[in-house]
Amino acid sequence: MELNNPNLPSDTVIVTKLDEAIGWARESSLWPMIFGTACCAIEFMSVAASKYDISRFGAEVVRFSPRQADLMIVAGTITYKQAPILKQIYDQMSEPKWVVSMGACACSGGFYDNYCTLQGIDEIIPVDMYVGGCPPRPEALLDALLCIQKDLRTNKYNPDRHKDFKGLLDES
Amino acid sequence: MSHEYITVAPSELHSVIYNRYKEGFNYLLDITAIDYTEHIDSHDEDYAVVYIIRHKDFKLHVVIKTYLPTLEIDTITDIFSGANWLEREVYDQYGIKFINHPNLRRVLNHKEFVGHPLRKSYPITKGQLLYEVDDLIDEMNNRLLSKEVVCSLEDGSFSDCNKDLMFLNLGPSHPASHGTIRTYVALDGETIEAAVSEIGYLHRGFEKSCENHTYNQIVPYTDRLNYCSAISNNIAFVKTVEDMLGVTLSERAQAIRVMLLELSRIEDHVVCLAAVLVDMGGLTNYWYMYNPREDIYDLLSKLTGARLTNSFMRVGGMANDLYDGFEEELKEVIKKVQYGVQETLALIKHNRIFHDRTQNVGVINAQDAINASMTGPNLRASGVSFDMRKDTPYYGYEKYEFDVIVGSVGDVYDRVMVRFGEIDESIKIIDQVMQNLPDGEVNIKDASITLPSKEAVYTTIEGAMNQFKLTYEGVKVPSKEYYGSIEATNGELGFFIVSDGSGTPYKVKVKAPSFTAMSAYPQMVEGSQLADAILTLGSLNIIAGEMDR
Ligand code: SF4
Repeated sequence: MELNNPNLPSDTVIVTKLDEAIGWARESSLWPMIFGTACCAIEFMSVAASKYDISRFGAEVVRFSPRQADLMIVAGTITYKQAPILKQIYDQMSEPKWVVSMGACACSGGFYDNYCTLQGIDEIIPVDMYVGGCPPRPEALLDALLCIQKDLRTNKYNPDRHKDFKGLLDES
Repeated sequence: MSHEYITVAPSELHSVIYNRYKEGFNYLLDITAIDYTEHIDSHDEDYAVVYIIRHKDFKLHVVIKTYLPTLEIDTITDIFSGANWLEREVYDQYGIKFINHPNLRRVLNHKEFVGHPLRKSYPITKGQLLYEVDDLIDEMNNRLLSKEVVCSLEDGSFSDCNKDLMFLNLGPSHPASHGTIRTYVALDGETIEAAVSEIGYLHRGFEKSCENHTYNQIVPYTDRLNYCSAISNNIAFVKTVEDMLGVTLSERAQAIRVMLLELSRIEDHVVCLAAVLVDMGGLTNYWYMYNPREDIYDLLSKLTGARLTNSFMRVGGMANDLYDGFEEELKEVIKKVQYGVQETLALIKHNRIFHDRTQNVGVINAQDAINASMTGPNLRASGVSFDMRKDTPYYGYEKYEFDVIVGSVGDVYDRVMVRFGEIDESIKIIDQVMQNLPDGEVNIKDASITLPSKEAVYTTIEGAMNQFKLTYEGVKVPSKEYYGSIEATNGELGFFIVSDGSGTPYKVKVKAPSFTAMSAYPQMVEGSQLADAILTLGSLNIIAGEMDR
């Protein structure tokens, strides 16, 4: 039976697998840590504003506090000067955590192919979802959110999924 | 309008600038350097430093250049406080030393960065991994020492002499720091005793990237300087290039640019106001102010194909003419903006909390603001009526009726209210433009500047060649050095371009209003409460993309 079936009588006891119950709970209560640095962050403001309204998906508790967040949205260009800070904040987030790379810059450096721009945040932290565009439209970010939620619902996510990740700033 | 371009000997530079200052050139626009090593015309020396200063009637500017036999020159920080960061930037990017500068360290690049990226010899893609965060403690100690909050001990270290200070970082990644800006503060209780700022976290190498793209390819990069009002950056850049080419746009193109500039101004001001009110805890206003911005987005995406980064301008004109029905839709959007502004003002205008939190907070007086090279709404909030649209009009701004909004105190309140006032004035201008929009083409007809019609490209060999050459080689700009600027949303946005006659600029320097505003910021917040520092930053509307470039 579907957990979110609205027709359940109120005194029902549901038996399910713990994993699934947890996945279901996580799905609808993602707390984003928005790491906004540039233009893409302005589009994130649109996602948060009432027209696109990220709270429809239960992901509006933007608290900018890594220890309370489980979904990192990197929106904007990451420079080499910024990179250690991004990594530190990622490390401070407690497991399990997911990372959305929003926009061309975060995904690949975008069209800033030069001495100061990190050529994609996956050089330093693992990424779960890439959103293309410069900047992506708000719908695209919402779509990434929905994809992550779907993975959580179907329990595709594996707690050890980034075990072997080694970024440029990790000790070799 | 004639502006002066003069060359002086390095030994005389300080006195020349000082004399000019005495003559009334009391506004420093920009400092930059040029690396001539790959320039086709021969020059005596490899490096030159360039200073751009403006007269106090705001009509005339002078570009002063000096060739450097050795990579050293006297600082002018004793004349202009705004020179402090500008000189640090030249030092950072070119490795030129400023003798007697109070704090000559890098400003945009990381302290561990090796080399000087804007030198021609620095390879553009050579990135460097950097680890250590700058603790800023020496800069802070000097600041505290100068304010006599700490004493230096005999062994060269420092101690608190009369206060128990707590040190705190605001940023670089903090929701209230509006982007990636770091301010390191020394607190006595909740009061900021001293503050120093570090920037450069969004330094994306705009100026270096310009050196390997053609003029039209740079337009999308300019979008991303001030991403809250992309089109105004486009216009500032292409207008400078057009001035260098000596072309004049059609009346229609000029009028459309004025309309789009004012629309960008509205766009920028609403997002600044929405954000600063959120900083104050007024979330309701965010919906009132941000939703009209969405409507502007819809209008612009229909016009330009993109919501935020429009890239609408081209050298010699723009991508398209207005579409049918644009005018009606624009009117609707303006109505929504007005509604948002009214509702917001109804909530805050007579609100005691708003007044208490903003009045006499983050004050900078007129003289200091000028000396620190602040521009735009931030300068006008201090009571200086400098607006390029009035003082050095372009695109027929002199024809339109509008007022320059000025404040009196230079506090957060004034900066917020000046922006509210400017939204109204911009709407007035847009109305006037749309009432008398001239007919005609939006692009000039010059095969060496604008692309041929698609029909010509597909049916004639000349058309195909023309398109090919212009796209690959770019618009050829005559060899010269030129500074051009407009009144963008945040203040005077200027481009100093060195052209060597090819389709790619030899050098581009942006005169970024946020950069100098930010350099004045640490001292503006000293003595105020920690929470006020947040509002002060928000009200200055620092846009990291334009500040760090
Ligand atoms: S991807 Fe594009 S819009 Fe996003 S931060 Fe980079 S340049 Fe800006």
